[in-house]
Amino acid sequence: MRYTFLLYSEEASWAKMTPAEQQGSLAAFGAYVEALKQAGALVASDWLKPTATATTITLKGGRRIQDGPYADTKEQLGGFFVINAPDLDAAIAWAERCPAAQFGYVEVRPSNIPS
Amino acid sequence: MRERTATDVRARVSVTARASYGRLIAILSARSGDIAAAEDHLAEAFRRALETWPVRGVPDNPEGWLLTVARNLARDSARSATTRLTTPLDLTVTDPAAMSDDPLAIPDERLKLMFACAHPSIDHSVRTPLILQTVLGLEAAAIAAAFLVPGPTMAQRLVRAKQKIKAARIPFAIPDRSEMPARVEAVLEAIYGIYALHWIDGAQAGHDMARDLDAEALFLANLVADLLPDEPEALGLAALIGHAEARRDARRDADGRYVPLAGQDTSRWNTGLMRHAEQLLARAGTSGRMGRFQIEAAIQSVHAARRITGRTDWPAVVALYEGLLAVAPSVGGVVGLAAALGQSDDPAHGPQAGLAVLEGFRSQIGDEFQPWWATRGMLLAASGDHGEAREHFQRAIALSADVAVRAFLAEAIDKLPSQGLSS
Repeated sequence: MRYTFLLYSEEASWAKMTPAEQQGSLAAFGAYVEALKQAGALVASDWLKPTATATTITLKGGRRIQDGPYADTKEQLGGFFVINAPDLDAAIAWAERCPAAQFGYVEVRPSNIPS
Repeated sequence: MRERTATDVRARVSVTARASYGRLIAILSARSGDIAAAEDHLAEAFRRALETWPVRGVPDNPEGWLLTVARNLARDSARSATTRLTTPLDLTVTDPAAMSDDPLAIPDERLKLMFACAHPSIDHSVRTPLILQTVLGLEAAAIAAAFLVPGPTMAQRLVRAKQKIKAARIPFAIPDRSEMPARVEAVLEAIYGIYALHWIDGAQAGHDMARDLDAEALFLANLVADLLPDEPEALGLAALIGHAEARRDARRDADGRYVPLAGQDTSRWNTGLMRHAEQLLARAGTSGRMGRFQIEAAIQSVHAARRITGRTDWPAVVALYEGLLAVAPSVGGVVGLAAALGQSDDPAHGPQAGLAVLEGFRSQIGDEFQPWWATRGMLLAASGDHGEAREHFQRAIALSADVAVRAFLAEAIDKLPSQGLSS
Protein backbone atom coordinates (compact mmCIF):
# COMPACT_ATOMS: atom_id res chain seq x y z
CA MET A 1 0.00 0.00 0.00
CA ARG A 2 1.32 3.43 -0.91
CA TYR A 3 1.06 6.28 1.56
CA THR A 4 2.03 9.92 1.20
CA PHE A 5 3.25 11.94 4.16
CA LEU A 6 2.49 15.65 3.89
CA LEU A 7 4.83 17.60 6.14
CA TYR A 8 3.39 20.72 7.74
CA SER A 9 5.29 23.15 9.93
CA GLU A 10 5.84 26.84 10.45
CA GLU A 11 8.32 27.66 7.73
CA ALA A 12 9.47 30.76 9.60
CA SER A 13 11.00 28.50 12.24
CA TRP A 14 13.62 27.26 9.76
CA ALA A 15 14.97 30.79 9.30
CA LYS A 16 15.15 31.22 13.07
CA MET A 17 17.39 28.19 13.51
CA THR A 18 21.15 28.60 13.92
CA PRO A 19 23.28 27.18 11.08
CA ALA A 20 24.30 24.33 13.40
CA GLU A 21 20.64 23.52 14.12
CA GLN A 22 19.88 23.61 10.41
CA GLN A 23 22.77 21.22 9.76
CA GLY A 24 21.47 18.89 12.46
CA SER A 25 17.99 18.91 10.98
CA LEU A 26 19.28 18.17 7.49
CA ALA A 27 21.37 15.31 8.83
CA ALA A 28 18.31 13.87 10.59
CA PHE A 29 16.32 14.01 7.33
CA GLY A 30 19.26 12.41 5.50
CA ALA A 31 19.35 9.54 7.97
CA TYR A 32 15.59 9.12 7.69
CA VAL A 33 15.70 8.97 3.89
CA GLU A 34 18.51 6.42 4.16
CA ALA A 35 16.47 4.26 6.56
CA LEU A 36 13.47 4.36 4.19
CA LYS A 37 15.72 3.37 1.27
CA GLN A 38 17.31 0.53 3.25
CA ALA A 39 13.86 -0.83 4.05
CA GLY A 40 12.86 -0.58 0.40
CA ALA A 41 9.99 1.67 1.44
CA LEU A 42 10.89 4.96 -0.24
CA VAL A 43 9.03 5.83 -3.44
CA ALA A 44 9.70 9.56 -3.64
CA SER A 45 10.30 12.61 -1.51
CA ASP A 46 11.04 16.27 -1.79
CA TRP A 47 11.79 19.29 0.33
CA LEU A 48 10.00 22.43 -0.86
CA LYS A 49 11.09 26.05 -0.89
CA PRO A 50 8.94 28.38 1.25
CA THR A 51 5.40 29.30 0.22
CA ALA A 52 6.68 32.76 -0.80
CA THR A 53 7.96 31.00 -3.93
CA ALA A 54 4.63 29.30 -4.65
CA THR A 55 2.46 29.97 -7.68
CA THR A 56 -1.11 28.72 -7.83
CA ILE A 57 -2.83 27.96 -11.12
CA THR A 58 -6.47 27.24 -11.87
CA LEU A 59 -8.72 26.97 -14.91
CA LYS A 60 -11.77 26.68 -12.72
CA GLY A 61 -13.95 29.73 -13.38
CA GLY A 62 -11.45 31.05 -15.89
CA ARG A 63 -7.69 30.76 -16.25
CA ARG A 64 -5.81 32.33 -13.38
CA ILE A 65 -2.21 32.28 -12.31
CA GLN A 66 -1.50 33.86 -8.98
CA ASP A 67 1.21 34.38 -6.44
CA GLY A 68 1.23 32.34 -3.26
CA PRO A 69 0.08 28.98 -1.94
CA TYR A 70 -3.45 27.64 -2.41
CA ALA A 71 -4.22 27.64 1.31
CA ASP A 72 -3.00 30.34 3.67
CA THR A 73 -2.50 28.47 6.92
CA LYS A 74 -0.53 28.83 10.13
CA GLU A 75 1.55 25.81 9.21
CA GLN A 76 2.70 25.33 5.64
CA LEU A 77 3.32 22.32 3.46
CA GLY A 78 7.09 22.06 3.40
CA GLY A 79 7.76 18.65 1.90
CA PHE A 80 6.49 15.15 1.36
CA PHE A 81 7.41 11.50 1.37
CA VAL A 82 5.77 8.79 -0.68
CA ILE A 83 6.37 5.37 0.87
CA ASN A 84 5.23 1.78 0.63
CA ALA A 85 3.99 0.16 3.83
CA PRO A 86 1.93 -2.96 4.50
CA ASP A 87 -0.73 -1.15 6.53
CA LEU A 88 -1.56 2.06 8.38
CA ASP A 89 0.24 1.00 11.56
CA ALA A 90 3.47 0.49 9.60
CA ALA A 91 2.95 3.86 7.89
CA ILE A 92 2.33 5.56 11.25
CA ALA A 93 5.52 4.00 12.61
CA TRP A 94 7.48 5.57 9.71
CA ALA A 95 5.66 8.89 10.18
CA GLU A 96 6.67 8.96 13.83
CA ARG A 97 10.32 8.51 12.86
CA CYS A 98 10.11 11.42 10.40
CA PRO A 99 12.08 14.42 11.80
CA ALA A 100 9.26 16.72 10.68
CA ALA A 101 6.98 15.20 13.33
CA GLN A 102 9.23 16.73 16.00
CA PHE A 103 8.59 20.33 14.97
CA GLY A 104 5.39 20.02 12.95
CA TYR A 105 2.70 17.70 11.71
CA VAL A 106 2.83 14.71 9.39
CA GLU A 107 -0.43 13.99 7.61
CA VAL A 108 -0.61 10.39 6.41
CA ARG A 109 -2.78 9.78 3.36
CA PRO A 110 -3.36 6.47 1.59
CA SER A 111 -2.98 6.40 -2.17
CA ASN A 112 -6.19 6.35 -4.16
CA ILE A 113 -4.55 4.47 -7.03
CA PRO A 114 -5.17 0.70 -6.74
CA SER A 115 -1.90 -1.15 -6.29
CA MET B 1 -47.44 -26.42 11.00
CA ARG B 2 -45.47 -24.73 8.31
CA GLU B 3 -45.80 -21.43 10.13
CA ARG B 4 -44.48 -22.95 13.28
CA THR B 5 -41.42 -24.30 11.47
CA ALA B 6 -40.79 -20.89 10.01
CA THR B 7 -41.05 -19.39 13.49
CA ASP B 8 -38.61 -21.97 14.86
CA VAL B 9 -36.21 -21.28 12.04
CA ARG B 10 -36.48 -17.54 12.56
CA ALA B 11 -35.72 -18.08 16.22
CA ARG B 12 -32.72 -20.23 15.31
CA VAL B 13 -31.48 -17.61 12.86
CA SER B 14 -31.75 -14.88 15.46
CA VAL B 15 -29.95 -16.99 18.08
CA THR B 16 -27.17 -17.69 15.59
CA ALA B 17 -27.04 -14.03 14.61
CA ARG B 18 -26.63 -12.91 18.19
CA ALA B 19 -24.04 -15.50 19.14
CA SER B 20 -21.86 -15.42 16.07
CA TYR B 21 -22.41 -12.14 14.25
CA GLY B 22 -19.17 -10.54 15.40
CA ARG B 23 -17.13 -13.70 14.88
CA LEU B 24 -18.38 -13.98 11.30
CA ILE B 25 -17.90 -10.28 10.47
CA ALA B 26 -14.38 -10.45 11.88
CA ILE B 27 -13.51 -13.46 9.75
CA LEU B 28 -15.15 -12.08 6.62
CA SER B 29 -13.55 -8.64 6.80
CA ALA B 30 -10.09 -9.54 8.16
CA ARG B 31 -8.33 -9.91 4.83
CA SER B 32 -10.07 -7.25 2.76
CA GLY B 33 -10.55 -4.74 5.57
CA ASP B 34 -13.95 -4.14 4.01
CA ILE B 35 -16.40 -4.26 6.91
CA ALA B 36 -19.29 -2.82 4.90
CA ALA B 37 -19.01 -5.57 2.29
CA ALA B 38 -18.76 -8.22 5.00
CA GLU B 39 -21.94 -6.83 6.59
CA ASP B 40 -23.77 -6.87 3.25
CA HIS B 41 -22.72 -10.43 2.49
CA LEU B 42 -23.57 -11.69 5.96
CA ALA B 43 -26.96 -9.96 5.87
CA GLU B 44 -27.68 -11.65 2.54
CA ALA B 45 -26.54 -14.99 4.01
CA PHE B 46 -28.96 -14.53 6.92
CA ARG B 47 -31.72 -13.66 4.47
CA ARG B 48 -31.06 -16.86 2.53
CA ALA B 49 -30.99 -18.86 5.76
CA LEU B 50 -34.53 -17.68 6.46
CA GLU B 51 -35.47 -18.83 2.96
CA THR B 52 -33.56 -22.10 2.81
CA TRP B 53 -33.58 -23.52 6.34
CA PRO B 54 -37.35 -23.97 6.60
CA VAL B 55 -37.21 -26.03 3.38
CA ARG B 56 -33.99 -28.01 3.83
CA GLY B 57 -33.74 -27.98 7.59
CA VAL B 58 -31.35 -26.12 9.86
CA PRO B 59 -27.81 -27.25 9.04
CA ASP B 60 -25.71 -29.02 11.70
CA ASN B 61 -23.30 -26.13 11.65
CA PRO B 62 -25.34 -22.98 11.05
CA GLU B 63 -22.34 -20.67 11.46
CA GLY B 64 -20.38 -22.63 8.89
CA TRP B 65 -23.30 -22.48 6.47
CA LEU B 66 -23.57 -18.71 6.87
CA LEU B 67 -19.83 -18.23 6.49
CA THR B 68 -19.75 -20.33 3.32
CA VAL B 69 -22.64 -18.43 1.76
CA ALA B 70 -21.16 -15.06 2.71
CA ARG B 71 -17.75 -16.06 1.32
CA ASN B 72 -19.29 -17.22 -1.94
CA LEU B 73 -21.09 -13.92 -2.23
CA ALA B 74 -17.81 -12.10 -1.63
CA ARG B 75 -16.11 -14.23 -4.29
CA ASP B 76 -18.92 -13.56 -6.76
CA SER B 77 -18.85 -9.85 -6.21
CA ALA B 78 -15.08 -9.79 -6.56
CA ARG B 79 -15.25 -11.75 -9.81
CA SER B 80 -17.53 -9.35 -11.53
CA ALA B 81 -20.26 -7.01 -10.51
CA THR B 82 -22.00 -7.48 -13.86
CA THR B 83 -21.98 -11.29 -13.74
CA ARG B 84 -23.51 -11.17 -10.32
CA LEU B 85 -26.35 -9.02 -11.49
CA THR B 86 -27.11 -11.00 -14.65
CA THR B 87 -26.56 -14.63 -13.60
CA PRO B 88 -29.10 -16.46 -11.48
CA LEU B 89 -27.81 -17.37 -8.04
CA ASP B 90 -26.41 -20.85 -7.76
CA LEU B 91 -27.76 -22.28 -4.55
CA THR B 92 -25.86 -25.55 -4.87
CA VAL B 93 -22.60 -23.92 -3.88
CA THR B 94 -24.21 -22.98 -0.60
CA ASP B 95 -25.45 -26.47 0.08
CA PRO B 96 -24.59 -27.47 3.64
CA ALA B 97 -23.07 -30.68 2.32
CA ALA B 98 -20.58 -28.76 0.22
CA MET B 99 -19.60 -26.62 3.17
CA SER B 100 -15.98 -26.62 4.18
CA ASP B 101 -15.65 -23.58 6.42
CA ASP B 102 -16.02 -24.14 10.11
CA PRO B 103 -15.86 -20.82 11.93
CA LEU B 104 -15.40 -22.61 15.23
CA ALA B 105 -12.15 -24.02 13.87
CA ILE B 106 -10.92 -20.51 13.04
CA PRO B 107 -9.34 -18.55 15.91
CA ASP B 108 -11.48 -15.81 17.33
CA GLU B 109 -10.84 -12.71 15.22
CA ARG B 110 -13.17 -10.40 17.13
CA LEU B 111 -10.39 -8.86 19.19
CA LYS B 112 -8.56 -7.87 16.00
CA LEU B 113 -11.75 -6.36 14.67
CA MET B 114 -12.12 -4.37 17.90
CA PHE B 115 -8.55 -3.09 17.63
CA ALA B 116 -9.34 -1.91 14.10
CA CYS B 117 -12.56 -0.21 15.25
CA ALA B 118 -10.80 1.49 18.19
CA HIS B 119 -7.73 2.46 16.16
CA PRO B 120 -6.32 5.88 17.11
CA SER B 121 -6.90 7.05 13.54
CA ILE B 122 -10.65 6.47 13.95
CA ASP B 123 -12.51 9.39 15.46
CA HIS B 124 -12.91 8.89 19.20
CA SER B 125 -16.67 9.39 19.23
CA VAL B 126 -17.40 6.70 16.67
CA ARG B 127 -15.31 3.87 18.18
CA THR B 128 -17.93 2.59 20.60
CA PRO B 129 -20.75 2.79 18.02
CA LEU B 130 -18.54 0.99 15.52
CA ILE B 131 -17.90 -1.88 17.92
CA LEU B 132 -21.60 -2.07 18.77
CA GLN B 133 -22.36 -2.42 15.09
CA THR B 134 -19.55 -4.66 13.84
CA VAL B 135 -19.07 -6.97 16.82
CA LEU B 136 -22.62 -7.08 18.14
CA GLY B 137 -24.57 -6.42 14.96
CA LEU B 138 -26.67 -3.59 16.40
CA GLU B 139 -28.56 -1.50 13.86
CA ALA B 140 -27.42 2.08 13.28
CA ALA B 141 -30.86 3.32 14.38
CA ALA B 142 -30.62 1.59 17.77
CA ILE B 143 -27.08 2.87 18.27
CA ALA B 144 -28.16 6.38 17.33
CA ALA B 145 -30.96 6.21 19.90
CA ALA B 146 -28.55 5.09 22.62
CA PHE B 147 -26.15 7.94 21.79
CA LEU B 148 -28.94 10.50 21.45
CA VAL B 149 -27.81 11.30 17.91
CA PRO B 150 -30.12 11.52 14.85
CA GLY B 151 -30.23 8.21 12.96
CA PRO B 152 -28.89 9.48 9.63
CA THR B 153 -26.01 11.25 11.40
CA MET B 154 -24.96 8.07 13.17
CA ALA B 155 -25.35 5.99 10.01
CA GLN B 156 -23.15 8.43 8.13
CA ARG B 157 -20.45 8.40 10.81
CA LEU B 158 -20.39 4.61 10.79
CA VAL B 159 -20.16 4.46 7.00
CA ARG B 160 -17.33 6.98 7.00
CA ALA B 161 -15.39 5.07 9.66
CA LYS B 162 -15.71 1.80 7.76
CA GLN B 163 -14.59 3.48 4.56
CA LYS B 164 -11.54 4.81 6.36
CA ILE B 165 -10.63 1.40 7.80
CA LYS B 166 -10.68 0.00 4.29
CA ALA B 167 -9.12 2.91 2.40
CA ALA B 168 -6.27 3.64 4.83
CA ARG B 169 -5.76 -0.10 5.43
CA ILE B 170 -6.10 0.02 9.18
CA PRO B 171 -4.80 -3.40 10.19
CA PHE B 172 -6.98 -6.07 11.81
CA ALA B 173 -4.25 -7.01 14.22
CA ILE B 174 -3.37 -7.26 17.87
CA PRO B 175 -0.73 -4.58 18.50
CA ASP B 176 2.84 -5.27 19.60
CA ARG B 177 3.64 -5.46 23.27
CA SER B 178 5.18 -1.98 23.16
CA GLU B 179 2.05 -0.49 21.60
CA MET B 180 -0.40 -2.56 23.61
CA PRO B 181 -1.01 -0.39 26.70
CA ALA B 182 -1.94 2.67 24.61
CA ARG B 183 -3.99 0.74 22.11
CA VAL B 184 -5.82 -1.57 24.49
CA GLU B 185 -7.00 1.48 26.39
CA ALA B 186 -9.02 2.60 23.36
CA VAL B 187 -10.65 -0.82 23.04
CA LEU B 188 -11.45 -0.91 26.76
CA GLU B 189 -12.77 2.64 26.64
CA ALA B 190 -15.08 1.69 23.79
CA ILE B 191 -16.44 -1.25 25.80
CA TYR B 192 -16.70 0.97 28.86
CA GLY B 193 -18.67 3.31 26.60
CA ILE B 194 -21.25 0.57 26.10
CA TYR B 195 -21.44 0.05 29.85
CA ALA B 196 -21.62 3.80 30.50
CA LEU B 197 -24.50 4.03 28.04
CA HIS B 198 -26.56 2.06 30.51
CA TRP B 199 -26.41 4.99 32.92
CA ILE B 200 -27.38 7.48 30.26
CA ASP B 201 -29.85 4.96 29.03
CA GLY B 202 -31.18 4.14 32.47
CA ALA B 203 -31.94 7.80 32.85
CA GLN B 204 -33.17 8.56 29.36
CA ALA B 205 -34.42 5.62 27.39
CA GLY B 206 -35.73 2.89 29.61
CA HIS B 207 -34.76 -0.28 31.34
CA ASP B 208 -34.81 -3.04 28.71
CA MET B 209 -32.31 -1.45 26.35
CA ALA B 210 -30.06 -0.75 29.33
CA ARG B 211 -30.14 -4.40 30.35
CA ASP B 212 -29.20 -5.53 26.86
CA LEU B 213 -26.30 -3.09 26.61
CA ASP B 214 -25.02 -4.13 30.05
CA ALA B 215 -25.06 -7.77 29.06
CA GLU B 216 -23.19 -6.93 25.85
CA ALA B 217 -20.61 -4.84 27.72
CA LEU B 218 -19.99 -7.69 30.17
CA PHE B 219 -19.73 -10.15 27.31
CA LEU B 220 -17.15 -8.02 25.46
CA ALA B 221 -15.19 -7.18 28.62
CA ASN B 222 -14.93 -10.86 29.51
CA LEU B 223 -13.95 -11.68 25.95
CA VAL B 224 -11.10 -9.15 26.01
CA ALA B 225 -10.02 -10.26 29.49
CA ASP B 226 -9.90 -13.86 28.26
CA LEU B 227 -7.94 -12.95 25.14
CA LEU B 228 -5.55 -10.57 26.93
CA PRO B 229 -5.03 -12.19 30.36
CA ASP B 230 -1.83 -10.19 30.95
CA GLU B 231 -3.46 -6.77 30.56
CA PRO B 232 -4.41 -5.60 34.08
CA GLU B 233 -6.82 -2.96 32.81
CA ALA B 234 -8.65 -5.51 30.66
CA LEU B 235 -9.10 -7.61 33.81
CA GLY B 236 -10.08 -4.49 35.75
CA LEU B 237 -12.79 -3.57 33.27
CA ALA B 238 -14.25 -7.08 33.31
CA ALA B 239 -14.22 -6.98 37.14
CA LEU B 240 -15.89 -3.56 37.16
CA ILE B 241 -18.72 -4.53 34.84
CA GLY B 242 -19.06 -7.94 36.52
CA HIS B 243 -19.60 -6.28 39.89
CA ALA B 244 -22.19 -3.88 38.46
CA GLU B 245 -24.00 -6.72 36.72
CA ALA B 246 -24.00 -8.76 39.93
CA ARG B 247 -26.20 -6.12 41.53
CA ARG B 248 -28.66 -5.88 38.63
CA ASP B 249 -31.56 -7.70 40.29
CA ALA B 250 -31.12 -5.83 43.56
CA ARG B 251 -31.44 -2.46 41.81
CA ARG B 252 -35.22 -2.94 41.61
CA ASP B 253 -37.48 -4.06 44.40
CA ALA B 254 -40.38 -6.49 43.98
CA ASP B 255 -42.56 -3.65 42.69
CA GLY B 256 -39.97 -2.56 40.15
CA ARG B 257 -38.94 0.49 42.14
CA TYR B 258 -35.38 1.75 41.91
CA VAL B 259 -33.20 0.87 44.91
CA PRO B 260 -29.94 2.80 45.34
CA LEU B 261 -26.79 0.85 46.19
CA ALA B 262 -26.85 1.73 49.90
CA GLY B 263 -30.39 0.40 50.28
CA GLN B 264 -29.97 -2.82 48.31
CA ASP B 265 -30.73 -6.24 49.78
CA THR B 266 -27.33 -7.92 49.53
CA SER B 267 -28.91 -11.38 49.43
CA ARG B 268 -30.14 -10.46 45.97
CA TRP B 269 -26.62 -9.85 44.69
CA ASN B 270 -25.22 -12.46 42.29
CA THR B 271 -22.40 -14.00 44.31
CA GLY B 272 -21.05 -16.03 41.39
CA LEU B 273 -20.50 -12.91 39.29
CA MET B 274 -19.01 -11.11 42.29
CA ARG B 275 -16.57 -13.90 43.03
CA HIS B 276 -15.44 -13.96 39.41
CA ALA B 277 -14.99 -10.17 39.47
CA GLU B 278 -12.91 -10.41 42.65
CA GLN B 279 -10.67 -13.05 41.06
CA LEU B 280 -10.13 -10.88 37.99
CA LEU B 281 -9.28 -7.87 40.13
CA ALA B 282 -6.86 -9.86 42.28
CA ARG B 283 -5.12 -11.16 39.18
CA ALA B 284 -4.90 -7.63 37.77
CA GLY B 285 -3.34 -6.50 41.06
CA THR B 286 -0.40 -8.87 40.66
CA SER B 287 0.82 -6.89 37.64
CA GLY B 288 1.66 -3.83 39.70
CA ARG B 289 0.23 -1.59 36.95
CA MET B 290 -2.68 0.39 38.38
CA GLY B 291 -5.22 2.05 36.14
CA ARG B 292 -8.64 3.66 36.11
CA PHE B 293 -10.65 0.50 35.47
CA GLN B 294 -8.93 -1.34 38.29
CA ILE B 295 -9.65 1.57 40.64
CA GLU B 296 -13.31 1.65 39.57
CA ALA B 297 -13.50 -2.10 40.09
CA ALA B 298 -11.91 -1.67 43.53
CA ILE B 299 -14.66 0.81 44.43
CA GLN B 300 -17.24 -1.79 43.42
CA SER B 301 -15.31 -4.35 45.41
CA VAL B 302 -15.59 -2.22 48.59
CA HIS B 303 -19.35 -2.02 48.04
CA ALA B 304 -19.50 -5.78 47.45
CA ALA B 305 -17.84 -6.40 50.82
CA ARG B 306 -21.00 -5.16 52.54
CA ARG B 307 -22.51 -8.53 51.72
CA ILE B 308 -20.08 -10.07 54.24
CA THR B 309 -19.28 -7.25 56.68
CA GLY B 310 -22.74 -5.67 56.77
CA ARG B 311 -21.28 -2.20 56.39
CA THR B 312 -19.63 -0.06 53.72
CA ASP B 313 -16.14 1.31 54.27
CA TRP B 314 -16.98 4.80 52.99
CA PRO B 315 -13.58 6.35 53.81
CA ALA B 316 -12.04 3.68 51.57
CA VAL B 317 -14.51 4.56 48.81
CA VAL B 318 -13.57 8.23 49.20
CA ALA B 319 -9.86 7.44 48.94
CA LEU B 320 -10.43 5.33 45.83
CA TYR B 321 -12.50 8.05 44.14
CA GLU B 322 -9.76 10.56 44.91
CA GLY B 323 -7.29 8.18 43.29
CA LEU B 324 -9.60 7.72 40.32
CA LEU B 325 -9.96 11.46 39.78
CA ALA B 326 -6.19 11.86 39.87
CA VAL B 327 -5.75 9.18 37.17
CA ALA B 328 -8.85 9.77 35.06
CA PRO B 329 -10.92 12.87 35.82
CA SER B 330 -14.60 12.53 34.92
CA VAL B 331 -17.90 14.07 35.96
CA GLY B 332 -19.11 10.63 37.06
CA GLY B 333 -16.07 10.37 39.33
CA VAL B 334 -16.75 13.80 40.84
CA VAL B 335 -20.35 12.87 41.62
CA GLY B 336 -19.21 9.51 43.02
CA LEU B 337 -16.69 11.20 45.30
CA ALA B 338 -19.28 13.70 46.53
CA ALA B 339 -21.81 10.96 47.29
CA ALA B 340 -19.18 8.90 49.14
CA LEU B 341 -18.10 11.94 51.18
CA GLY B 342 -21.73 12.41 52.18
CA GLN B 343 -21.89 8.88 53.56
CA SER B 344 -18.49 8.81 55.28
CA ASP B 345 -18.34 9.34 59.05
CA ASP B 346 -14.70 10.40 58.91
CA PRO B 347 -14.58 13.82 60.68
CA ALA B 348 -13.05 15.43 57.57
CA HIS B 349 -15.84 14.07 55.37
CA GLY B 350 -19.64 14.42 55.50
CA PRO B 351 -22.36 16.12 53.38
CA GLN B 352 -20.73 19.57 53.52
CA ALA B 353 -17.47 18.20 52.12
CA GLY B 354 -19.48 16.48 49.37
CA LEU B 355 -21.31 19.69 48.51
CA ALA B 356 -18.00 21.56 48.34
CA VAL B 357 -16.66 19.04 45.81
CA LEU B 358 -19.77 19.36 43.63
CA GLU B 359 -19.64 23.15 43.80
CA GLY B 360 -16.00 23.13 42.66
CA PHE B 361 -16.92 21.29 39.46
CA ARG B 362 -20.21 23.02 38.74
CA SER B 363 -19.01 24.92 35.67
CA GLN B 364 -17.55 21.74 34.13
CA ILE B 365 -20.59 19.57 34.71
CA GLY B 366 -23.33 21.68 33.19
CA ASP B 367 -27.02 21.84 33.99
CA GLU B 368 -28.18 18.71 32.19
CA PHE B 369 -26.36 16.03 34.18
CA GLN B 370 -29.02 14.26 36.23
CA PRO B 371 -26.66 12.61 38.78
CA TRP B 372 -25.29 16.05 39.75
CA TRP B 373 -28.78 17.23 40.78
CA ALA B 374 -29.81 13.97 42.43
CA THR B 375 -26.57 13.67 44.40
CA ARG B 376 -26.55 17.31 45.41
CA GLY B 377 -30.17 16.89 46.54
CA MET B 378 -29.19 13.96 48.76
CA LEU B 379 -26.30 15.92 50.28
CA LEU B 380 -28.49 18.98 50.88
CA ALA B 381 -31.14 16.81 52.53
CA ALA B 382 -28.50 15.21 54.74
CA SER B 383 -27.18 18.61 55.80
CA GLY B 384 -30.68 19.85 56.66
CA ASP B 385 -31.26 22.23 53.74
CA HIS B 386 -34.62 20.75 52.83
CA GLY B 387 -35.94 23.54 50.63
CA GLU B 388 -32.89 23.43 48.37
CA ALA B 389 -32.95 19.63 48.43
CA ARG B 390 -36.56 19.64 47.21
CA GLU B 391 -35.66 21.89 44.26
CA HIS B 392 -32.73 19.67 43.35
CA PHE B 393 -34.82 16.50 43.41
CA GLN B 394 -37.43 18.19 41.24
CA ARG B 395 -34.77 19.18 38.76
CA ALA B 396 -33.37 15.62 38.79
CA ILE B 397 -36.86 14.22 38.14
CA ALA B 398 -37.18 16.49 35.13
CA LEU B 399 -33.91 15.04 33.80
CA SER B 400 -34.82 11.35 34.37
CA ALA B 401 -36.66 9.39 31.69
CA ASP B 402 -36.66 6.20 33.81
CA VAL B 403 -40.01 5.88 35.61
CA ALA B 404 -38.47 3.94 38.51
CA VAL B 405 -35.77 6.55 39.08
CA ARG B 406 -38.38 9.33 38.98
CA ALA B 407 -40.49 7.47 41.54
CA PHE B 408 -37.46 7.05 43.78
CA LEU B 409 -36.72 10.76 43.64
CA ALA B 410 -40.37 11.64 44.29
CA GLU B 411 -40.19 9.44 47.37
CA ALA B 412 -37.07 11.28 48.48
CA ILE B 413 -39.07 14.53 48.27
CA ASP B 414 -41.88 12.98 50.33
CA LYS B 415 -39.40 11.97 53.00
CA LEU B 416 -38.25 15.58 53.46
CA PRO B 417 -39.80 17.17 56.55
CA SER B 418 -42.80 19.23 55.44
CA GLN B 419 -42.03 22.88 55.04
CA GLY B 420 -43.47 25.72 57.05
CA LEU B 421 -46.81 27.34 56.15
CA SER B 422 -45.05 30.23 54.50
CA SER B 423 -44.07 28.07 51.55
